[in-house]
Amino acid sequence: MSSVTTAVPAKPYDDNLLIEEFGYEDHFHEHHHGDKYQSNFITHYIFSQDHKIIGRQFLITGMFWALIGAGMSIIFRLQLGFPEESLAWLKPLLGKWIEINAETGMGTLSPEFYYALVTMHGTIIVFFVLTAGLSGTFSNLLIPLQIGARDMASPLLNMFSYWFFFLASVVMFYSMFLSTGPFSGGWTAYPPLSVLPQASSGSGAGMTLWLVSLVLFVISVGLGGINYITTVLNLRTKGMNMWRMPLTIWAFFVTAILALLSFPVLVSGFFLLMFDRGMGTSFYLSEIFIAGEALPNVGGSAILYQHLFWFLGHPEVYIIILPAMGLVSEVLSVHCRKPIFGYKAMVYSILAIGFLSFIVWAHHMFMSGVNPFISNFFVIFTLIIAVPSAVKVFNWITTVYRGNIRFNSASLFSIGFVSMFISGGLTGIFLGNSAIDIQMHDNYFVIAHFHIVMGIAAFFGMFAGIYHWFPKMYGRFMNETLGKIHFWGTLVGAYAIFWPMHYLGLAGLPRRYYSFDQFDTFRQFAEINKFITVAAIIVFALQVLFVINFFYSIWKGRKMTTKNPWGATTLEWTTPIKTGHGNWPGKIPTVQRWAYDYGKDGREFIPQIEPLAEGESDLGH
Amino acid sequence: MQLALKNEQFRRNKIHPQKFALWAGIAAMVMLFAGFTSAYIVRQAAGNWLEFQLPNLFYINTVVILLSSLTLQGAYYSFKKGNEALYKMLLVVSFLLGISFLILQYNGWTELMAIGVDLGRNPSGDFVYVISGTHAAHVLGGLGVLFVAISHSFGLKYKVTEKRKLRFELTLIYWHFVDFLWLYLIGFFLMQG
Ligand code: HEM
Ligand SMILES: [Cu+2]
Repeated sequence: MSSVTTAVPAKPYDDNLLIEEFGYEDHFHEHHHGDKYQSNFITHYIFSQDHKIIGRQFLITGMFWALIGAGMSIIFRLQLGFPEESLAWLKPLLGKWIEINAETGMGTLSPEFYYALVTMHGTIIVFFVLTAGLSGTFSNLLIPLQIGARDMASPLLNMFSYWFFFLASVVMFYSMFLSTGPFSGGWTAYPPLSVLPQASSGSGAGMTLWLVSLVLFVISVGLGGINYITTVLNLRTKGMNMWRMPLTIWAFFVTAILALLSFPVLVSGFFLLMFDRGMGTSFYLSEIFIAGEALPNVGGSAILYQHLFWFLGHPEVYIIILPAMGLVSEVLSVHCRKPIFGYKAMVYSILAIGFLSFIVWAHHMFMSGVNPFISNFFVIFTLIIAVPSAVKVFNWITTVYRGNIRFNSASLFSIGFVSMFISGGLTGIFLGNSAIDIQMHDNYFVIAHFHIVMGIAAFFGMFAGIYHWFPKMYGRFMNETLGKIHFWGTLVGAYAIFWPMHYLGLAGLPRRYYSFDQFDTFRQFAEINKFITVAAIIVFALQVLFVINFFYSIWKGRKMTTKNPWGATTLEWTTPIKTGHGNWPGKIPTVQRWAYDYGKDGREFIPQIEPLAEGESDLGH
Repeated sequence: MQLALKNEQFRRNKIHPQKFALWAGIAAMVMLFAGFTSAYIVRQAAGNWLEFQLPNLFYINTVVILLSSLTLQGAYYSFKKGNEALYKMLLVVSFLLGISFLILQYNGWTELMAIGVDLGRNPSGDFVYVISGTHAAHVLGGLGVLFVAISHSFGLKYKVTEKRKLRFELTLIYWHFVDFLWLYLIGFFLMQG
């Protein structure tokens, strides 16, 4: 049965006929006179309720933020790699944040602004790019298309979800132009820096706007999440039972549940923070001296904030990585022309990861003074997360193994994702041991860990998704040569940036330091820091190349001439090349089999809309 | 929203998608309050915790909001049964009970301040303000919805349609939720206090 073939052409099938014969009529068109909502530019492109447009809005906004967030990292890497060089040339861009020495003309980055940059970099990439830009984009684009729905359960709330994200973006962007600068106390916004306006220059108005922006952001996530969950559970087409759903949908579904249950806890933490900031309460403050002056606050606990933050913070890292995992599973299976290995094990590990992610948060607080006995509990569950993670890795590798791999940008980035996830996941196991974490905490080892496992891996998953579904979004292909340059350069470059950081961390180099040249122990790492900065600049340039490729291809890319260019089984490829609002022009297709019939019975692939043959078994129960 | 309705031609679950979405939203709100009350427990265990009696108005209010749930449930039954006058009356009564709840809560807070537990005195009191305040904001949202329901009941011609029944049920579920939420919160304060 399982002889994998390339030579045998797919049995000619015609999806229009299949949909006509087996689809069901929902009288969509009779109520849809002349496509009312797409009649003008504003309702079509701006206040659109079409999930496909909303997905693209999330994507473009996410890309805008990615460029800003990554650009910031280049500026602070310049400070770390070349502390002696003059940054006077950045004066036109950064204004007073570059201090010019009157005698030498030497320009230096102000330390306050260094912290602001690091903070904004983290906030932007974690929330605006890898949450909104990743899950927002692909949940929107793919959920209705892949489950066979006309749109989300509530297109209106879906539209609001984007616009709340947009508002959050505007507020955060505005905060960067405050005279006192944006918030600068780290993306985790620990008290007291986040509570006391006088604690640092960004702790006043900057922090206020940061909070406003993030609350708006949580509303966006909530509206989106409610919609994703409801849509998956209620609007699947006939025949699309849960075990026939592509892994993308499973991943988006569990992601939305995680988001819906964890973000509100962050908000409760933020409310207490707001009261501490504005109403004189002391939830998080106790016995503080600032600028030689004792504050009246007693009885608060900064650790309380950390619990509330990380109760979101840890699920958040999985909110980021699960959609990437879903995209990669799908892309690998399609481009290796093989069913995903261990489909059910994949689903169960997504569920297990989702569950476990709620009971490991304190591994971020081993060094915060939590009870060591309680730490043990968190060590155990943290290490157990490695098991479902390893199951997934094993299944991806086995899917690729002996596949007829098409090496294109999408599949390469998926393979790159697996590489990054292994490399960064392994260091997580070190950090998960509370005793080893005494040395590693808050140093460059942690930076290396989470940038590889979350930052780069999630970006790779996102790139795989973009290259793969670009034709569905824009009716054209992205340029493959540029895509491959983008991949290989980024793969090598990202490792060049982050691998040396493990070594720096083991040697004790602390994170969030503005400058190391005052310390004898750390001065020896100047060369490594230079190397990292150069690699970062190159990788940044490659991302600019990607953005150019993206926009060039929207208008000038190779045109898509067939509906299903990758030979994929899933429903989104049965929609017309120019997919209108409502997705299918006539009947809605029904689903007859699971999503991974590749290389079956001598056929290269069998679409989900094709009925089972006599006696053929289906894996989707 | 036309589109959403079209999708219902084929519905997977007995529960209506909008109702399901509301339950999902309620799950999120439950987590918000779970966050507050766990913070309360963690902070309380750390000591330096002012002990005080909750204002009596809080208990009276518990009765008020319970009553409003009952009257709203009654309004829903009358709506379905075709008893238009009773339906309208009970709807208005529920709304007024909701308003009284908010007014009494406000007086409860002033009572707290009168016994010296003002905002910023000690986290034990501060938690009560933050938690009951956030709950009150949820009640206020519910009053907005009830207001819409009232203006529909007086503005539109009385008719029992699937759509209006659904809208009523959504209102009802939310209102019962803020009611149960208060029961949970007052019970929590009592158990911990
Ligand atoms: C095998 C699984 C993993 C284990 C055992 C693990 C363990 C840890 C531990 C113990 C820390 C805290 C280190 C410290 O601050 O001292 C940490 C930090 C972090 N991990 Fe992981 N991790 C794993 C996988 C992941 C994944 C999959 C992601 C994201 C997709 C991730 C994202 C992060 C982030 C963002 C931080 C640092 C946050 C910060 O302090 O700014 N980790 N990890
Ligand atoms: Cu974690």
